[in-house]
Amino acid sequence: MNSKRQIRFRLNGEETEVAFAPHKTLLEVLREDLNLTGTKHGCELGECGTCALLVDGRSILSCLMLGLEAEGREVKTIEGMANGAELHPLQQTFADLGAAQCGYCSPGFLLVAEELLKKSPNPSRAEIQEALSGNLCRCTGYIKIYEAVELAAARMRGESYELPKESIYGLD
Amino acid sequence: MANKLNVIGKPFRKVDARAKCVGQTKFADDIVLPRMLFCKILRSHLPHALIKKVDVSKALAMPGVFAVITGKDLPISYGILPVSQDEHALCINKVRFVGDPVAAVAAIDEDTAFDAMNVIEVEYEPLNTISSIEEAVLIDEPRIHEYGDGGNVHKKVSLEFGNVEDGFAEADLVREDVFFYEGNTHLPMEQHAAVAHYDADQKLTLWSATQTPHYVHRALAKVLEMPASHIRVIATPNGGGFGGKSDPFNHEVAVCKLAMITGRPVKVTLTREEVFYCHRGRHPVLMKVKTGVKNDGAITAMHFQSFLDGGAYGSYGVASTFYTGALQTVTYEVPRYKFQGLRAFTNKPPCGPKRGHGTPQPRYALEVHLDKIAEQLRIDPVDIRRKHLVAPNSVTANYLRVGSMGLDKCIDKVVEGSDWKNRFSGWDPDHRKLPFGKGIGIACSSYICGAGLPIYWNNMPQSGVQLRLDRQGGVCVMCGSIDIGQGSDSILAYIVAEILGIDPFDIRVVTADTDLTPVDLGSYSSRVTLMTGNASIQAAERARELLVMAVAEKLGVPIENLSLAERRVFDVENPELGVSFAEAVVLAESKFGTIGTVGSYTPPRSPGKYKGSGVGPSPAYSYSAAVAEVDVNPDTGIVTVERVWIAHDIGRSINPVLVMGQVEGSVYMGLGEILMEEMTYRTNRNVVHKFPSLLEYKSPTTMEMCDVKTYLIEDPDPNGPYGAKEVGQGPLLPVPPAVANAVYDAVGVRIDEVPITPEKVMRALREKSRGRDGRYGPDSVPPVSWPDPLRVLTPAEGGDGTEMPHVAVHS
Repeated sequence: MNSKRQIRFRLNGEETEVAFAPHKTLLEVLREDLNLTGTKHGCELGECGTCALLVDGRSILSCLMLGLEAEGREVKTIEGMANGAELHPLQQTFADLGAAQCGYCSPGFLLVAEELLKKSPNPSRAEIQEALSGNLCRCTGYIKIYEAVELAAARMRGESYELPKESIYGLD
Repeated sequence: MANKLNVIGKPFRKVDARAKCVGQTKFADDIVLPRMLFCKILRSHLPHALIKKVDVSKALAMPGVFAVITGKDLPISYGILPVSQDEHALCINKVRFVGDPVAAVAAIDEDTAFDAMNVIEVEYEPLNTISSIEEAVLIDEPRIHEYGDGGNVHKKVSLEFGNVEDGFAEADLVREDVFFYEGNTHLPMEQHAAVAHYDADQKLTLWSATQTPHYVHRALAKVLEMPASHIRVIATPNGGGFGGKSDPFNHEVAVCKLAMITGRPVKVTLTREEVFYCHRGRHPVLMKVKTGVKNDGAITAMHFQSFLDGGAYGSYGVASTFYTGALQTVTYEVPRYKFQGLRAFTNKPPCGPKRGHGTPQPRYALEVHLDKIAEQLRIDPVDIRRKHLVAPNSVTANYLRVGSMGLDKCIDKVVEGSDWKNRFSGWDPDHRKLPFGKGIGIACSSYICGAGLPIYWNNMPQSGVQLRLDRQGGVCVMCGSIDIGQGSDSILAYIVAEILGIDPFDIRVVTADTDLTPVDLGSYSSRVTLMTGNASIQAAERARELLVMAVAEKLGVPIENLSLAERRVFDVENPELGVSFAEAVVLAESKFGTIGTVGSYTPPRSPGKYKGSGVGPSPAYSYSAAVAEVDVNPDTGIVTVERVWIAHDIGRSINPVLVMGQVEGSVYMGLGEILMEEMTYRTNRNVVHKFPSLLEYKSPTTMEMCDVKTYLIEDPDPNGPYGAKEVGQGPLLPVPPAVANAVYDAVGVRIDEVPITPEKVMRALREKSRGRDGRYGPDSVPPVSWPDPLRVLTPAEGGDGTEMPHVAVHS
């Protein structure tokens, strides 16, 4: 057995210390050593985007990053996205529009979308597609995800924006 | 009941949506128990071989290894269907595909389990392989299984409704086509995982990502030789199912056995590669369809043959085989119909049910075939469909009872929305309305809303719901159904909330726990909304009756005057007069004792009584129509689907936003199947999967997904809860053929093989440029000696649904 190594980093805004076997990925450290199971895995080979999270504000695949590389950095997982009990606007719209169907890919999508809206508060549909192109979802066909991002973006800009009726009820 | 609906038809948030968006939903791999061990499964690297010897001594001697089991530890076979109990949790005498499980290890951590797995020594004696439908039909030895319909044929079926030869004789045109639909897989983002725990009182609990906890429960009792009452199966929320988590799986049995041996909890989480070996996905199907039509496109007879590549085990395969022949008759009038189906065993991961179970393949064949007939008859492809639809409230030639039927409205919507008349080429390449390379195509479909019969024969309900009301006003709804993302937990809450006049979020939903919840057969066959919906209506109406009786007595008003809404029970004539919902429960509990009610649902009996009539009947059928618009690059063969207009006859939306999500997700999955997804194997004798990975198994990303224009047709079905029909599977079905027909409209080549990859388009274009038939696809089907068909007189011929006497009946 490998002897453990200890690191210190900021996790969801809190100073965190954790010890783990040095070969472990950040994904494994979060799930197995810190019990933060909100970060999911779909392949553990960097192919699906399911384990995406934010390191220093940038989206990365936590299955391809060693836990040791998190030393001294700011890591944000899905557990840190809401402000206490108050959901992030993206979390609200994903929940309201059924953009989370099975919900397994949702943490990755939510965090990548958060990164997008920080960089681009009023993204076009094409920009959203490009930004989310590394995340696979098998349930939604992505459309409710786009609509949730657009609705959340509008709310975050302080605009009153209603989704078109056809997004919810279909076309007449 | 109040006339105005407060919950049904409204876009409520799903009851579990918040948890899913904050990372709190506990999927199977998120479960951690004290002293938990980790399991790894050694799988065969050979596609077909006898197991001569398994030596686990080195693995067992490793520090941190607690147990190693092999086939002899689990000698009892199992399988989802009673007729094909052909699997062992760990192979005993032979392995049948690359990925077949041979031994399982429980160790202190995953790394140790992995290392131990790799020092298990297995001595194999390789056998010749069977790698295709053709080989299975032609090569009898070695047999992959010792049962079935001879050699490597698992199952042959042959049914004839009316005399198809008479029908062909009446026809103005008889056309025959051959198609192939390649297999593909579910690819749920969550890999299968399970945790077993053997209690101090020797009771077993299994948490598993399964769509069918009830069937897993039954399989475990059989294989582990334990009373089912000592086993508890809890299905965890599925991180995507699509049919891929519907069988009892070897890894579920293995962790239970390891937990029993070690006395410690044991977890298994499959790697992505292993998920490809679990498979149970779309069967590759070779099809030949022959149809007779009158000059106006009316069908006089149809003869459909399907050849399924089943892979190495039975799984749902017998049902899949029947499904490739069952639903051809529920869209267009088919007065005489013959079906012959064959399922082959091959040395590949077993196929089973994937979204649309056994119907996307024949639907693709039928809809492209119909397009070719329309061209030959110079009829618009819309008209050939629209003018010959089955009648609502009718019985088909193969005895499927059609109730509501909204396909006419579906077709009208997509034709209008897509501006079909101004865009379709009209079979005239010289007077195109769209430029060469752009095209549109149409297809229609229908799907079951729940299988009419359960998987194992019984007279019990297919769905049960239990409701508990407590004196504080709490309502708990319990049901064996499992949410796989489609929203089945929410459906229970919406319906109970509607009837009891409370908010869906007031309700606690407990599902998929064999200790706590009444049996529901599971999340498959698009059955859940219809069946659990009807069961929950019954349970909630029974509870409502107790509440109004108690409140009527208290208030001194007639029962029929009382209404339940806005968390109150009140007099409709004097709304001020009433009590809160919680007070109503107190009154009812005071009068009747503890308040609990149950509801259950059993589908109506099918009019079909012939052998084989069990697959296809349903309480209702959903209908869909789609128009696809494509861009085909003639220089590269790349097909881009730009937009799909789809209309779905939902009966009634319990929650429209969830219905929209299912339609869009179905279009997406159909798009993946027609353009890129395929399970393919090396063609040499090794039968190795070419790319068991998410990167190389191509599936649509945001960059490939098309625009979708959705129409929901609401035509309530009398058998559906509030009129609701299914939406999880049906809308996938018209997408592949609509795209194939659009490709033809765009560049004039027929790709009669799914998926439509650029190479196939280029080959067909090259053939066409050389003056030959611009077509890519199979030309023939293997020679098969079919049994005499079981003959059934159609309803129109005065048949009563039973087979005709005096003919040899194939078993």
